[in-house]
Amino acid sequence: MTRALPVGYIPLVDAAPLIVAAEFGFAEEEGLVLELRRAASWSMLRDMLDFGQVAAAQMLSVVPVARALSLGGGAQPLEALMVMALNGQIFGLGPHLPALPFGDPLAAGQALAALNRPLRIGVPFPFSMQAELLAYWLERAAPRAEVQIRTVPPPRMAEALRAGEVDGFCVGEPWGSQAVEQAGARLVWPGSAIWCQAPEKVLATRAGWAEAEPERAGRLIRALWRATRWMADPANRVTLSAVLARRDHLDVGAELIDRALSHRLLIAPTGPEIVVPQFQTFHHGLANFPWRSQAGWIGARLAGRFGLPLPAALETARATFRSDLYRSHIAPLGVSLPRASDKAEGALTRDESLPGTHGPLTLARNQFFDGRIFDPAPAISPK
Amino acid sequence: MSESLTIIVVEPDRARALEIVDALREAGNHRVHVLGDGASLARRVTELRPDLVLIDITSPSRDMLEELALASGPTERPVAMFVDRTDAGLTRAAIEAGVSAYVVNGLAADRIRPVLDAAIARFHLFSRMRSELAATRAALEERKVIDRAKGFIMRAKGIGEEEAYALMRRAAMDQGKRLPEVAQAIVMAAEVLK
Repeated sequence: MTRALPVGYIPLVDAAPLIVAAEFGFAEEEGLVLELRRAASWSMLRDMLDFGQVAAAQMLSVVPVARALSLGGGAQPLEALMVMALNGQIFGLGPHLPALPFGDPLAAGQALAALNRPLRIGVPFPFSMQAELLAYWLERAAPRAEVQIRTVPPPRMAEALRAGEVDGFCVGEPWGSQAVEQAGARLVWPGSAIWCQAPEKVLATRAGWAEAEPERAGRLIRALWRATRWMADPANRVTLSAVLARRDHLDVGAELIDRALSHRLLIAPTGPEIVVPQFQTFHHGLANFPWRSQAGWIGARLAGRFGLPLPAALETARATFRSDLYRSHIAPLGVSLPRASDKAEGALTRDESLPGTHGPLTLARNQFFDGRIFDPAPAISPK
Repeated sequence: MSESLTIIVVEPDRARALEIVDALREAGNHRVHVLGDGASLARRVTELRPDLVLIDITSPSRDMLEELALASGPTERPVAMFVDRTDAGLTRAAIEAGVSAYVVNGLAADRIRPVLDAAIARFHLFSRMRSELAATRAALEERKVIDRAKGFIMRAKGIGEEEAYALMRRAAMDQGKRLPEVAQAIVMAAEVLK
């Protein structure tokens, strides 16, 4: 028997796992009918989750952690059942500013500081990986730069740049590339150049939903896992771009979407086009596993920015990424999973193989631009 | 409630915006500002410091309110109220969940007034609760610091509690400082000397 499950999303390339699961039979295979509900803003999507209008939603990875730390709006505690996408963010500046070197965050940071003028940078939401990567970069590469972070709805980013409301942006695709096309923006770095394994979107539910509805939660997680595996096959890319481009989904040109999916970035209106490895990951290298350490990194960053006591914030944050539930629901697929649920973030200079629960598995290259390593293990009290 | 409020209405549809403004005017002597789109929302909120922002629950500009709430601190944040027209279910759920969102269907004056009153009452209640909580917390913190400083003086000078307290109070008076400030300085010095 198939059962309808309402799920929410925002029109972005990284909503693809939900759209693919609904449109290409992966949900059906699990006996689920996904009712896709498109939202116009992150606050609205969070409301829809809070009030039970949708059972699950694509969500900014930072939001469940922020909520757990009582930061920002929202009424209900949320949790992440799996990671839907890593990276895909783009930082760029308007054509009224001198071009900065592309893909070299350290040099770009120095060049930014040398501009010696206050800048306003648009991000999609105060609690987003875009805001976190931007803050991390500025702190370490341009500590003296005077930067104001502004919230701008991503579909409006190009317009805001043209209207002079912001000087630059850090957004997800296709809105960064659209700012290049429509506002003459020049790209400076992809999020992967700051941290190449940054969890960007998660599958979020209200805390407790997955435990109250284990069967539906399991079906949803497995359908999305299969959808991302399908997406990882380059042969499916053109089909995927065409479906995402449709009016009822992202409603932008398929070419723009294909560019993001093939990791090609046109860094200025007149080129060049640059291929960015690890620009955005949906499946490879255990991308869907909700690592406690990813939530820990987010928690530590938020604690730093909002002056919260660190050990408690770290512990609260870690608990929002439910690697335990992911493990139990993925188990029927017989795929190999990591033995630990934390990893040292930033510690891998290349893909590495390690023994998993059902044979070897691959951990993807995982680095911060400044070479730092975030290892939550020493801070966590042994259990 | 008869006080005059500053209200920002974010509504791209001109006819509907006028309808809302009329309803608000009938409900009281309020200063109403209409924004056709959300682009200037952040700037206008900073300039006008509204008591209320009326915005469609489905407006993409809602995310900007989140940032404003963060920047201005919880007690100063304008109450966001959502005018609904497309998703009755979501708004009903919002009301049931007890958040500051209300249905304003048809926007008759008699429906606007209780909504405004409720929003303002809630706003005042929250700001009072928050300032009371903050004051209680601060008093508690000061108490703790004074006790610690007192303990340090007692141990260092081998004197009794009352004498230590008197010593600290005299130092505060001599230096024209508040007792908790002096206590804080003593505690800091004690930490260094430990």
